[in-house]
Amino acid sequence: MKQEIQFVLNGEQVFADVDPQWTLLYLLRNVFGYTGAKKGCGVGECGACTVIVDGEATNSCLYPVLEVEGRHVTTIEGVAAPDGTLHPIQQAFIENNGVQCGYCTAGMIMSAKALLDQKPDPTEEEIRTAIAGNICRCTGYVQIVESIQMAAARMKQ
Amino acid sequence: MAYKDTMSAEAISALGGAVEELLHIGKGAPRTAEIDKVTGKAVYIDEYQRPGMLHGKILYSKHAHARISSINTDKAKALPGVRAVLTGYDVPDVRVGFLGDQTLLKRDVVRQYRDEVAAVAAITPEIAEEACRLIEVEYEPLPAVFDPLEAMKPDAPLVHEVDARGRPLRSNILPLPWKLTAGDVEKAKAESAYVVKDEASTTWINQCCMGTSGCVAEFDSNNNLTFVSLTNVVFGAKGRIASYLDNIGLKRKRIRVLNPVVGGSFGTKLDTDIYEFICIQLALQTRKPVKLQFSRDEEFFALPPRQAARFTIEQGCDKDGHLTFRKCEAILDNGAYTSWGATTPSVMMLPMSSMYRVPNVLFQATCVYTNNIYSQAMRGYGNPQAAFALETSMDHLAEVAGFDPADFRMINRNQPGDVTPMECKITTCPLDRCITAVREKIDWDQKRGKGNGRGVGMASLIHVAGGARIYMSDGTGIRIKVTENGELDVISGSTDQGQGSPTVMAQIIAEATGFMPEDVNMIFGDSALGLWDAGTHASRHTFVAGNAAVRAGAQVKQQILELAVQYIPKLVKSALKKQKRKNPDFVEPELDYSLIDSPEKMDIKNRFIFPKAEPDHPYFRMEARDVVRRGLHVGTGESKHVVAEVFWDPPTQMLNAEMKGNYSCTYAFGAAGVEVEVDKETGEVKILNLVSAHDVGRAVNPILVKGQVYGAAYQGVGMGLSERVQVVEGKVVNGNFRDYKILTAKDTFPVEAVIVEDPDPAGPYGAKGIGEPGLVPTAPAIANAVYDAVGVRILDLPITPEKVLAALKAKGE
Ligand code: FES
Ligand code: FES
Repeated sequence: MKQEIQFVLNGEQVFADVDPQWTLLYLLRNVFGYTGAKKGCGVGECGACTVIVDGEATNSCLYPVLEVEGRHVTTIEGVAAPDGTLHPIQQAFIENNGVQCGYCTAGMIMSAKALLDQKPDPTEEEIRTAIAGNICRCTGYVQIVESIQMAAARMKQ
Repeated sequence: MAYKDTMSAEAISALGGAVEELLHIGKGAPRTAEIDKVTGKAVYIDEYQRPGMLHGKILYSKHAHARISSINTDKAKALPGVRAVLTGYDVPDVRVGFLGDQTLLKRDVVRQYRDEVAAVAAITPEIAEEACRLIEVEYEPLPAVFDPLEAMKPDAPLVHEVDARGRPLRSNILPLPWKLTAGDVEKAKAESAYVVKDEASTTWINQCCMGTSGCVAEFDSNNNLTFVSLTNVVFGAKGRIASYLDNIGLKRKRIRVLNPVVGGSFGTKLDTDIYEFICIQLALQTRKPVKLQFSRDEEFFALPPRQAARFTIEQGCDKDGHLTFRKCEAILDNGAYTSWGATTPSVMMLPMSSMYRVPNVLFQATCVYTNNIYSQAMRGYGNPQAAFALETSMDHLAEVAGFDPADFRMINRNQPGDVTPMECKITTCPLDRCITAVREKIDWDQKRGKGNGRGVGMASLIHVAGGARIYMSDGTGIRIKVTENGELDVISGSTDQGQGSPTVMAQIIAEATGFMPEDVNMIFGDSALGLWDAGTHASRHTFVAGNAAVRAGAQVKQQILELAVQYIPKLVKSALKKQKRKNPDFVEPELDYSLIDSPEKMDIKNRFIFPKAEPDHPYFRMEARDVVRRGLHVGTGESKHVVAEVFWDPPTQMLNAEMKGNYSCTYAFGAAGVEVEVDKETGEVKILNLVSAHDVGRAVNPILVKGQVYGAAYQGVGMGLSERVQVVEGKVVNGNFRDYKILTAKDTFPVEAVIVEDPDPAGPYGAKGIGEPGLVPTAPAIANAVYDAVGVRILDLPITPEKVLAALKAKGE
């Protein structure tokens, strides 16, 4: 039995008929075609599916779809400006090799954005804690952390 | 045998000229070409869709070794939404794989838990999975063998009764000729002042690509196949699929292999995996496009990990610390079938014979069938396993002979001009600078030898860095087309797996042609468009494709300059005429057209053609694209397109029957230094500092080079301390990220990547390959640091707290 839910997705009011069994990740990928969030594990262990729900970085693969009702969801597709100008975090990832294969990147950027939205001037420790749930096999995290620092510095200006 | 220097320094420097001032090489160009990865638009296999596409799933064995007594697929077939259910009885009995030791679906006997028993195609992945659950299989368990040493015994259960040609087998030992000898090891041993002997072992490591494996197969109405695959060897994959299709009766079909964006590779994409053949078979059966993508679970138990290996290594030196001999026997757990893991000894041989100057060498590797998971390649391809045995033994020998381990490495370091016992020709070799950099940056002389729970350790590496001739061709093709708008559409026969090739290649091509990196549009991973390529493996892409690109770029530049000789005068004259028409008072300048009357007198930089004698010439300095466009529109029979293609195969040798030969154009060296703190109560090893210094020839893009080193070094730390696929009686029991520990951003320690530049005459602008080296020396450096800290040598990876505690206890602490 499908149920209708209503929520705000990347700034737009949206409706969807959902199967209560679905996860938010399934809804985003299969109904809305927002495929930036990835199913790296499906069980909350890798962070590739991270999106922002009401300001918090969230593993969408575990998030029951009915709970989305009335909330604000931001995905990687909603991070750049409407004219396509990259968000400073995205820009820094491109400039400082924060992205290699890119599979973890959407989730990584969402975790970083949730942090910087709340805390514009985080310590390295806070950055590392914020992305602790996002596994990256390619980079060793060094240039990801640097990219986030670079973005934070630029956003302050 | 004495150690010979056969190439003089002059001979080496004559290999390459001075590199003039570079505009794009050496710059940290951004990865703008991959912008879709930061906006969520990149299309991985996860997103790849075709109209009417079905989803495939595989049913695996429930036993490590068993006879299949019955399979019933009736319920699965009856499930609504199911379009095909295949077992070994529904597919042709055709063998695949490196030694042809398996079929797609196993019909009589299963030999490991990951054996594919049946496969389903359905309209959704969920239905396909449900159908797999409905397939009933009955097994009669057979005696199994899980320890390669047990498996080598004459009375061990046989994993395979017959070989690929149906001839009976009497042993689990594979008929692979991994043996390299040089000099006289026994004589050298007898004459050595000091000798050590150790046993070291490494275990299975999952590559843990963040994107899971998958593919899409689709046949057109002529039975031609389009196969979307994550392969890093598009032409190798094409060849393997072609012979499979040939064997099932689809002769001479067209096969096009395409790459989507790839979510990590690290060796997993080298072989064509069984799931890929199964997907093709499902597509053939259903006449629909079929996607098959692994879950994380499958990624752990159904994908071949890094080969587990055991080494017995002996080394000796004279009283001055010069190595006299090295003898190493390796036993590799092959698992139940053979993929590229069985060929990793061809790379183990390189460090075993050629790391440091050692005149007498014996290396032998035996691959043994067991009922465990079978193995394949992972970053470093056998080198990390061998380096672990070798570099821990180096420390042991240094201690016995009374040398500081860093000094001991310096005494024995490789040097330019060396020809190693494997007949590898060492051209550039700044190993001394790498060791010295590590020594300084890790504060070696202050921190070593305290034995107070903190310690430092070091290890070096050698790796192929100028291609690796493992096939008769180690070539790569590049085609550069300059469009009328001044863009460079470049088709490479190789693949991009996220290592940054679109950026690095754009820098190389911009440098070679005179255009800008942002003008270059790289197209990878398409067997129909690209020229042949041996594959993006063995850290070879920047070196081999880069060399092809330098050559193709030079041709492009030459073509444009030839057009310039012809058309710049015409363009200038017509512009002047136009001006004159507009303004009758305009006085035409006297121009010296001899400045541009031959291509040699001109150059192109940052998109502009100019006379070398007067780079800012007000009339002759012209955008290259204007000339290219003019050349395209000349008139009947005269128009020309600027396009060049080069297939470049490096001047290297295939290993001969004795396993010797210069199989790479050049070799990369490096060293890692680690400082650790060991908690004697818990056995926990904490990394306090990691320095990884690498000979990169020249860093085409220093930011990207560092990224390769950091990423690889972290994988090396995982190998050293935490990563192991736990296989219990053939079954993977820790197939998830909770139980299989790879490093997270919280596992933090200072890490420094030191780039040592010594431009290699054979490299594109001096570059060497650097994809794999960062991983190689990390784990042994950790083991050596643990010894320095608490005096126990843990020679079985990973170095877990339990092993440290057990060793401390055995030592009486
Ligand atoms: S897919 Fe959600 S955490 Fe891995
Ligand atoms: S960039 Fe590949 S997993 Fe992070």
